[in-house]
Amino acid sequence: MPRSIECPAFAFPIRRLQAMQISRWLALLVFFTPLSAFAGLGGDSNSVVTDQIHFQASLKTTQMTAFTVHEIHPQKGTVIREYVSPTGTVFAVTWHGSWIPDMQQLLGSHFQQLVSGAQAQNSVHTGRHPLNIVQPDFVFQQGGHMRAFSGRAYLPQMLPTGVHAEAIQ
Amino acid sequence: MTMRKLFCIALCCASTAIVGCGGSSKNKIAGSGPNVQPITVNAGPNGSSVNTAFISVNVCVPGSSSSCQTISGILVDTGSFGLRILSSALSISLPQQNAPDGNPVAECVPFANSLTWGPVETADIQISGETASSVPVQVLSDTAFPLPSGCKNLGLPSVDTLSTLGANGLLGVGEFVQDCGNDCTLSGPSNPGLYYECPNSNCVVTQEALSAQVANPVAFFANDNNGVIVELPAVNGSAATVNGSLVFGIGTQSNNGLGSATVYAVNSNADITTQFGSTCVSTSPCDSFLDSGSNGIFFLDSTTTGIPACSSGDGFYCPTTTQNLKATNDGSNGTSGQVSFSVGDADAMFSNGASAYSDLAGPNPGAFDWGLPFFYGRNVFTAINGASTPAGTGPFWAY
Repeated sequence: MPRSIECPAFAFPIRRLQAMQISRWLALLVFFTPLSAFAGLGGDSNSVVTDQIHFQASLKTTQMTAFTVHEIHPQKGTVIREYVSPTGTVFAVTWHGSWIPDMQQLLGSHFQQLVSGAQAQNSVHTGRHPLNIVQPDFVFQQGGHMRAFSGRAYLPQMLPTGVHAEAIQ
Repeated sequence: MTMRKLFCIALCCASTAIVGCGGSSKNKIAGSGPNVQPITVNAGPNGSSVNTAFISVNVCVPGSSSSCQTISGILVDTGSFGLRILSSALSISLPQQNAPDGNPVAECVPFANSLTWGPVETADIQISGETASSVPVQVLSDTAFPLPSGCKNLGLPSVDTLSTLGANGLLGVGEFVQDCGNDCTLSGPSNPGLYYECPNSNCVVTQEALSAQVANPVAFFANDNNGVIVELPAVNGSAATVNGSLVFGIGTQSNNGLGSATVYAVNSNADITTQFGSTCVSTSPCDSFLDSGSNGIFFLDSTTTGIPACSSGDGFYCPTTTQNLKATNDGSNGTSGQVSFSVGDADAMFSNGASAYSDLAGPNPGAFDWGLPFFYGRNVFTAINGASTPAGTGPFWAY
């Protein structure tokens, strides 16, 4: 059975002083952390917290056999899951909800692969359909319709041993 | 007609009573009428569209009978809500919508593989004999106001030209009235950031009242305002051109009754579910929707279907031989029906030069997007959220 830890970051009461200390600490962390650690996808597990703050969300963590799933519930209603390997790398992210999340934040250093991949696909065949970018080191798949989107992005070379793409939902 | 064919038809009709006919019988397409607008599936205004259903729409400056323009090549989309027109296709000047503080309003609208950006303007919209007055529409332009960073962060290409949109506009006639709904009326981090105010070159996210949002014009018609029917004939393989009808209203006229169509109620996301193979099983079916604006049938992925993706990496399936498959659609009202569909070699189709293909398909992990091939040979009813019909209150699909 997966083990779940609920952490509704903005739901439990924190004394004002404590909150200020935490935000100062986070500001320092953000300032001194190398850029790659900000990234959702491909970043280290600290980036889950950075993303949680960016999306002003609560967090639920579930420990699976081969990885950990951090489920972020932003107030915008689109649920984001970040998949962290035993070595501490975010190897996949998924999203389900009414709207598409900030991909610059969620994909981090891989954002440009989405931009160029989506542009390239649209210039090959103009047409309206799900987006399906499959590259050796980056996969981005997004579908749905207005007011209901879902998708996933993952790094095939970073999947933990024995984990297949079907586990990323 | 052979005895075998007669037997098959009898068997099909017998099963219709239980699960629907799967679209194999010939559908009747409405002729001309005050609530009927012709649909054409062809190469479209950019000359290279595939499986794209086009109509003409007449737009006027609100209240004017002279400042009007008929725009052809507008894509019929049951997967979105509201009229969007390329700025370059619009020769009349529609009034800009302004926020309560007087600043012009623009919108950033996400789609699965692109986004639309541009000002919100107001128009009277006439289609066949139906008129919707003073409806907010989006005009697609990357130059009227610069694309804000929040919109760029979606990572999708902004389509504001004929070559990138592949149409002169989109007519969203799906199940919701507004393109955003309550989310966009909220303040702070709960607002998804579709609507912007542009006091200068720096556009900022704004709250947008429901009545100001870009909206499905059908809901604003005086009559026949509870939904639409997309009626297209069957396509056997490929066709250069397909002619059909967009019919307004459900059960409001002699030409738009539900007849024997099965009603599939949708969930709060305007989705039904589909069962297929060992991936989308009855205890955990996949989300599914009927989208005339998608140019193929998009479902699952190569690992779960065993169908190879095209080596060109263009987001379609390319099996070596055509695959004939079956899935089951389920409405949230307990109705269920089997769907037969085919998947062919997409890259072979793209080099063929026709405009309509019944077996164009591609991957869409974990879900089913029943695009235009599903609509060939069916009359597909889309009932609008909250609207009353002879089969109950929308939203639902029926076919």
